[in-house]
Amino acid sequence: MSARDLFPILPVMLVLAVLPFLGLSGSLLNLLIFMMIVALAAQGWNVLGGYGGLASFGHAAFFGTGAYAAAILQTRYGVNAWASLVLGVALGSLVGAFIGFLTFRSGLKGSYFALITLAFAEVLRILANSSEITGGGAGIVVPIDYGFENLQLRDRRFFVLLAVVCVGVGLVITRWLDRSKFGAYLIAIRENEDAARALGVNVMNVKLGAITLSAALTALSGVLYTQNFLFLDANIAYGPWISIEALFAAIVGGLGTMFGPLIGAVVLLGAGEITKEFSGGIPGFDLLVFGVILIITVAFAPKGLAGISLKGFRRKTGGDAGQSGRDGGADA
Amino acid sequence: MYPIPIIAEALINGLMLGAVYALVAVGLTLIYGVLHIVNFAHGAFLTLSMFGIWLLWEHAGLDPYLSILVLTPIMFGLGYGVQRFIIGPAGHGRDNSILLVTLGISIVIENGLLVVFKSDTRTIATDYGFRVIEIGPLLLSWPRAVGFVVTMATAVIVWFILNRTDAGKAIRAVAKEKLGARLVGIDVNHIYAMTFALGSACLAVAAGLLMPVFYVNPQTGGAFVLVAFTIVVLGGMGSVTGALLGGLLIGVVEAASSLFLGDSLGQLGIFVLFILVLLFKPTGLFGERI
Amino acid sequence: MTSVKNMLSRRTVLKGAAALGVGVLAAPTVLRAQPAAVKIGLLQPMSGFLAGDGQLASIGAKVAVEEVNAAGGIKSLDGAPIELIIGDSQSNAEAGAQATETLNDEGVSIITGGFASGISTTATQAAARYDLPFIVDTAVSDAITGRGLSNTFRFGPSFSIATTIALANLQRLNDAAENKAKTVALVHEDGLFGSGLAGLMQEKLPDMGFEIVEVISHPTPARDMSNVVLRLRSLNPDLIIPSHYYNEFVLFARTLQQQRVKPKGIYAIFGGAASSYRFVNEYPEAAEGVMDCNHWGMPDHPATAKLMQTVKDEGTFYAYNTPTNYALIHVVAQALEKAGSSDRAALTETLKTQEFDPTVMPYGIVKFDETGQNQNALPLNTQVQNGDIKVIYPEDYAQAEPIFPVN
Repeated sequence: MSARDLFPILPVMLVLAVLPFLGLSGSLLNLLIFMMIVALAAQGWNVLGGYGGLASFGHAAFFGTGAYAAAILQTRYGVNAWASLVLGVALGSLVGAFIGFLTFRSGLKGSYFALITLAFAEVLRILANSSEITGGGAGIVVPIDYGFENLQLRDRRFFVLLAVVCVGVGLVITRWLDRSKFGAYLIAIRENEDAARALGVNVMNVKLGAITLSAALTALSGVLYTQNFLFLDANIAYGPWISIEALFAAIVGGLGTMFGPLIGAVVLLGAGEITKEFSGGIPGFDLLVFGVILIITVAFAPKGLAGISLKGFRRKTGGDAGQSGRDGGADA
Repeated sequence: MYPIPIIAEALINGLMLGAVYALVAVGLTLIYGVLHIVNFAHGAFLTLSMFGIWLLWEHAGLDPYLSILVLTPIMFGLGYGVQRFIIGPAGHGRDNSILLVTLGISIVIENGLLVVFKSDTRTIATDYGFRVIEIGPLLLSWPRAVGFVVTMATAVIVWFILNRTDAGKAIRAVAKEKLGARLVGIDVNHIYAMTFALGSACLAVAAGLLMPVFYVNPQTGGAFVLVAFTIVVLGGMGSVTGALLGGLLIGVVEAASSLFLGDSLGQLGIFVLFILVLLFKPTGLFGERI
Repeated sequence: MTSVKNMLSRRTVLKGAAALGVGVLAAPTVLRAQPAAVKIGLLQPMSGFLAGDGQLASIGAKVAVEEVNAAGGIKSLDGAPIELIIGDSQSNAEAGAQATETLNDEGVSIITGGFASGISTTATQAAARYDLPFIVDTAVSDAITGRGLSNTFRFGPSFSIATTIALANLQRLNDAAENKAKTVALVHEDGLFGSGLAGLMQEKLPDMGFEIVEVISHPTPARDMSNVVLRLRSLNPDLIIPSHYYNEFVLFARTLQQQRVKPKGIYAIFGGAASSYRFVNEYPEAAEGVMDCNHWGMPDHPATAKLMQTVKDEGTFYAYNTPTNYALIHVVAQALEKAGSSDRAALTETLKTQEFDPTVMPYGIVKFDETGQNQNALPLNTQVQNGDIKVIYPEDYAQAEPIFPVN
């Protein structure tokens, strides 16, 4: 990967970084932070689901572990917030590696993989809901103590910046997948596992690497959630909502593309706000629209919004067609 | 330790509740066995059926057991249409895409119900909802006993359809050998939709049996669907007999564990069982297919 | 930024009011222009699984707003009317924070409500960023007022206040009975109230002379209560202390009835169902005799009858959310009156230092302590008797003698 590969990331980061300083209202800043949190979780999902072709229904397992680890380490053990961030990401990846080890060893993929990840997340949710250390059903409150060293920023514009930097890390990692041997192996496994194995790819190790990386990004998103809302309970941390939103954003935005998850998160949450506005806040209406968008995307644009815009761009420029194999669907 | 009648009653209760689980699972496994797809919208279809039963009670005064007769053909038709016109074309025949389409459908149904019915919980208060059958020291729930009997009857009907009718024979042919079935002139897309319809119709029956003892809100189906997936996996994906036996087994296991361990851990037990079976015996305990 | 804007607009309003004051003296009826309305935010779960609670709360708040405005608005602000702006927390914590932001954008002077503990926690914190005063209505978690947020107040009793009173009343109830209860079974949901409450009971009940024979937890939503009830049937405890959400309580109470389990009493703490007219109306037999210690309005206060009627006219069933939010809006109106200003800082200061009349709620005088908790908040004990909900404790508000043992 060369500096040139990172070139397309810069303008996007720049726009996102300038945005909060254009005098946005508090609720728009909130929305922007939430978009970045979901985008980051979706970038994690995309590593495994988009590049690896393993669609998970249980990324909440990683999100929640990151979120809870950050909260518990700070409140119960007095660990510094930044150290908690690192440990939260580490623990989230560990959970990813553990689930990956068990499921890949049994050769689970496709629907089986989706269902078992969902079951793992549910087990964690039930445990978190009844165990002492997570505060049970009452949840955990992280005491307010504003300061950069505590990863709590009174001025939310700077929290947006922090979240944007994290999303930037996600973009760089995704770019690396596009350019590295590891990424090529992963895509090869997605397209044809047996063929990849025959060519000497260590399938187990590559998949394990992918789920660990995927879990790490999603766990980071969980840590950001904790630091922004300073409150967690089992349904927030391990509930199905984040698994679904991460999956939605990645698929609608474009599976296995660099900007897909970010585009997906912005479009979906934006569309959600707009439908809420238009429907007069009828509960459920925004999610109903999400569901329809998901079906339409899968039916007509399996490569997502990024796929559509990329196609248009290529048509105009007559550009590099060799790359198109890389952003195919996850339907191995 | 509990007195024998208490344990006996818990196990019989579990068996009867398990029968309704089994009915939900039969629909799911049938769809899997023939179409080879995991229908994530199954729980939402159950919720939809339960609202159907509630509507018929609330606005037409129809008894939930009688409503089954009205609702079954409706759900059959709906199931046919959804497979034929949405899942089939949108899924492009790819495992992951189909899974996502059914997920999308479940989200649309759940939230559509939320828009229409709000999040309120609805119940049906029949005279027999809490009636009991006294057998010696045992107090058995009357509506659950009805549930058990009707489930068994439904299972026999499903067996009959699959084994003694032309449509059933075509379904089994497609399940075994899709390409061969196409070659002998079977309309595979039609058979897929028929199977989906049959699976959905089972839910109408299950809904009618559940409503006298249970409540419905837009999220209700979710509570059943993971249990149903566990049963399907346990019974061997695609095996109707397996689903039936698996359902009864899960009912008994759940009753025993909630009697001895408490309900919270009992719930955990189902998921752990699900994970263990998938990891170590993904063909299920009763391997045979349709 | 917003507070700067507010200061400016406040100054303009005050200047205008002062100028107007002269005119009012000269020609009281003709020149009385309406000053700008004071915006009050009401954060409630208007959608999601708690939507029923949000609806009941908003009914109470709206009645109070009408009363305040009909009585001439805020007099110290020259009769400025109050305007209620409802924010929907969608029954979840982060939407609650988002709705708080929106209310702030709309320029409210104060927010009331919250309802659930998780939502109130994130919402008060979001409001704290803008030094926006927030009075929590019925959320009970002790942590809400224990965090040193200077903008946060709580109108109703906290968890520890309520349980202390509930246990004291239980002791009195049992002491007064001839046929005393000795064995207790705790049945609780494994989430919010349940676990915390059960832990507390296990600690305190043995000292009060009760023997805990069983602690049963169950998840929410629960599909089936028959095994829970079977265990109770074999143990046959004198007293059952349940804590679950509405649906589970209904399932539990009906299954108890079905399995013919007849304890001496069912004593709920924040049980919800036993202080909800929906339950009493739909399942009168299962509800009969059930006791609850919960938020509740004064039964003989004139507003109670009015609120009950309004709730009925809206086609739903009365519960504690309505009187609590009704009273809370009146407290806010009094605070505005005393502050003579709709400025946030002035309101916070007034709430910290002054005393208020809780109207329909049995709190005597509302006085917020240094953590923001209303010192005089008090839950009432109710019992379902002859298909109606009657207050049984404390004596000051009691409508009926407690019936104990029930069976």
